[in-house]
This record gives sequence, structure tokens and C-alpha cells, in this order.
Amino acid sequence: MSELSIKHLLGIRDMTRDDLELIFKTTSEFKEVLNRPIKKVPSLRDLTVANLFFENSTRTRLSFELAQKRLSADIVNFSASSSSVKKGETLVDTVNNILAMKVDMVVMRHPHPGAPHFLSKKVKTTIINAGDGTHEHPTQAILDTFSLREKLGDDLEGKRIAIVGDIRHSRVAISNILALQLLGATVRVCGPATLIPKHMSDLGVEVSHDLDETLIWADAVNMLRIQLERQGGPNSIAFFPSIREYTIGFGLTQQRLDKLDKQLAILHPGPINRGVEISSEIADGEHSVILDQVENGVASRMAVMYLLARQ
Amino acid sequence: MDSKVLINEEQFELILDRLAHQLLEHHDFSNTDLIGLQPRGIRVARRLQVKLSELLEGKEIRCGELDATFHRDDLMMRDKPITPQANKMDFLVNNRNVILVDDVFFTGRTIRAGLDALLAYGRPKKVELAVLIDRRFSRELPIEPTYIGKQIDSIGEQHVIVEWKEDGGSDRVLLFNSKPE
Repeated sequence: MSELSIKHLLGIRDMTRDDLELIFKTTSEFKEVLNRPIKKVPSLRDLTVANLFFENSTRTRLSFELAQKRLSADIVNFSASSSSVKKGETLVDTVNNILAMKVDMVVMRHPHPGAPHFLSKKVKTTIINAGDGTHEHPTQAILDTFSLREKLGDDLEGKRIAIVGDIRHSRVAISNILALQLLGATVRVCGPATLIPKHMSDLGVEVSHDLDETLIWADAVNMLRIQLERQGGPNSIAFFPSIREYTIGFGLTQQRLDKLDKQLAILHPGPINRGVEISSEIADGEHSVILDQVENGVASRMAVMYLLARQ
Repeated sequence: MDSKVLINEEQFELILDRLAHQLLEHHDFSNTDLIGLQPRGIRVARRLQVKLSELLEGKEIRCGELDATFHRDDLMMRDKPITPQANKMDFLVNNRNVILVDDVFFTGRTIRAGLDALLAYGRPKKVELAVLIDRRFSRELPIEPTYIGKQIDSIGEQHVIVEWKEDGGSDRVLLFNSKPE
């Protein structure tokens, strides 16, 4: 198979296992490109991409931008804070205006779940979702599963992956769960009851509130960031009493790992709150895949854009 | 499917032997590398590597595998993306003589992309091209091979397929009147 079954990358939910396998294969080849003395190929030199970031992002935007540059695409960047969105322009109008300037592909991050799906029905261009609210973040799931395959072997069938932390506010969690399930892995989410949505088990994942027991169960663990900015304002009820208490219950520390008689692959989508969900020694340790994830992020985004770009 | 055998197993071996000797006339392989083009040129390159190594009494000859997919000029025009193959280039080619190797030489476009891809690994002193089959009179670019196994006359719709022992069949070259399944 040499073609994806999708025309846009909106979420993992629309994808098949074959799609993921094709993206993984292509990612491996782009990873090799990134390790050449000259890291640039001319594959997308006749393509223009608009990066529309209606919500702040550092690493995802950098990663997409670098991937586009390595593929020789032309790029325009847009962030909502410095644009006409503040003057009341609608999403469709903003995008149509940009497309009128002959743009072939849109990479979009938006605070509202479903925004890229809506856009894909309204405008004629390829849309890549770079995160929509608390819904999906498909390229993060692709790079996470690619990194896991490098660590645990190409076949994730039956492998046990734990996603720990703030599941409620995490688009990374949902996309990761869907991608891992497509690949046949068993997924468990773990965190304080307040940070795990009520009907999580409907997705076919196990739910646990005990990190130590989860670590014994798992082959790999994905430590999500505690989204301090989404924990409510000063007058709302917090999701956990204090950061210190969260760390005691759900922070990954060397003491916790020392109790295990095995090695775990440790992922984190970044940015890390050092000393909160993960301790520094583990984040920088030999079993941490965190920097591999960043490298794989560029390669996998190159693969996605390469496979979706058509005239 | 109608097909005609262009080269049988016996001729195949003779042609590869001759190509190896021709390469030796011009190179002592102290500063020369073989680079096979993915997907099928690597088979030719690996066979030549073995033969040359035997002829040079066990001398080690470097052989890379180069995939030119990302450098093709028709990527965005196709209905489907081309799935890339693996690059195995564990050396640089600065100031080296490079012999690019492919199985069937047709329009010249793959070689153009290959030359482009090669430059990511340095600036070679000289690049030559060795091909098993040259479909002459079908060039779309001004590129010609340096070493030729066999020249054949064919028309655009025909397909030339090289079969390999490694794939379970025998070594031979077939000409099909249309694209085989």
C-alpha cells in the first residue's frame, strides 16, 4: 500500500492500522534524511503550507516548521494573537483569505475541539490537525507510537502502555489511546480520579488510580504534563489539593522505579514540569525517550505531509 | 501475459562478469565506491561488489544503497505518493569516484534524481553510471550510461523486468508488451 485512506489528518479516529504502518515506514526513511550531512530534500518544493496557530505552541509549531523546511516547502506562519481574528473575523473567512493567496496545505492548532473537522468541510485544501482543544493531537500520537516501536520492537500487539497524569485535559491522551489500540496494544490510564473523565472505560482502556501497581503492569509509560493553566482560576475548585500531593501520588521518581525488577520505556510529550510529574534524573536518564520523541516528531511530520501532499 | 526472454541465466552471468572486468579496466577500487539505486539497482551493485572483491583477491569494496524517491521530479504529479525505500549510505563520497548502478536505464529521470540524492553525501570526484539493461532511444534527459550490460530496442509501453535468483526464480531479463500484474 502506498496511499493513505484519508485526505486530511484530523484525528487518529479516522485512520486505519495500514495508514499508521505506512506513516511509520515513511518516517523511518525521513529519519535517515535528518541524519545526512545535508538534511534537506526537494520533495515538496512546489507546495505552500500555512501554519495557523490559534493557540500558543512552541515545540509543535517549531517541529512542523522544521519538517516543512526540510521538505523544501514554502511556508507562511500565522498566530491568532497578532491577527484579524481579534477584530472579529470568522475562522472560515480567515482561512479562505489565506487560501486565496494560493496555499496548498493548512496545519492548524485551535482551542476549540472539532475546529479542523469543521474547516475541512468548508474549504478546499488539505488540513492537518496540530491539536484541537482537548480533543485530538494526531501527530503527537504518531510520533509517540513510532518512538515506542523503536524502543519495544515493531510489533506493539499485546504490549502494555500506561498513560499517566492529567487525562481530562489531554488531547495527547485520546490520540495516543486510539493509535495504540489500532496497533493492538493494551492501554491503561492512571491518575487522580478528578483528572480522569467519567466514561473512560467506554474507550476500552483500563483505569487505575495506583501508580506503583501500574508501573508493575506496564511495558512503557507516557507521563503527561500537569496542565497548570487548565486547573481552573483562583476561585474554582482545584483538581488536586496541591502540586506536592500530586507528586507524592503520581510523580515518577527514581525510588518508584527502583522497586521494579524491569526497565520501562519512559515517554513525555513535553513541556516537562520537572519535579512534578517526572523527576529530573528520570527525564534525563537512559530509559527516557523524551529527546527521541522530539527528533521523531520532525521525521513523522515530514512523513505525514509528504503522504498527504497531492496536486 | 506475453513475454520474451531477453537474457537467459547463462548470458546474465557473462554480462555481469564483463561489467566487473570493464570496471576494473578503469578503477583499482582504492578510491572508488559502488552505489546501487533503490529498489532494484542494489541487486546489480551487490553482485558486482562480490565479483569485484573476488577479482581483487578479497579486497573490501564499499557499496551503498541510495533511494532517490524524495528527489524525483514527478512526486506531486502522481495520483499516489511513492513509498520510499531504505537508504543505506554509511560513508561519505567527498573526492571519491562513484559508480552509480541501476538495473534498467530508460528515460534518465531516475538517474537525475539519484545524482541529486547523491550530493547529500558529499561532492564526489567523479560519477559514472553502470546499468544492466539500456533501453536506448528512449531518453528524456541528456544522460548516458558509462558501462552497459546489454542495449535493447523497445517502445514506451513495453516493460523490462529483471528477475533475480535471490527472489526464488532464476537470473533473467524479460520483455513484456504491457505492464505485468
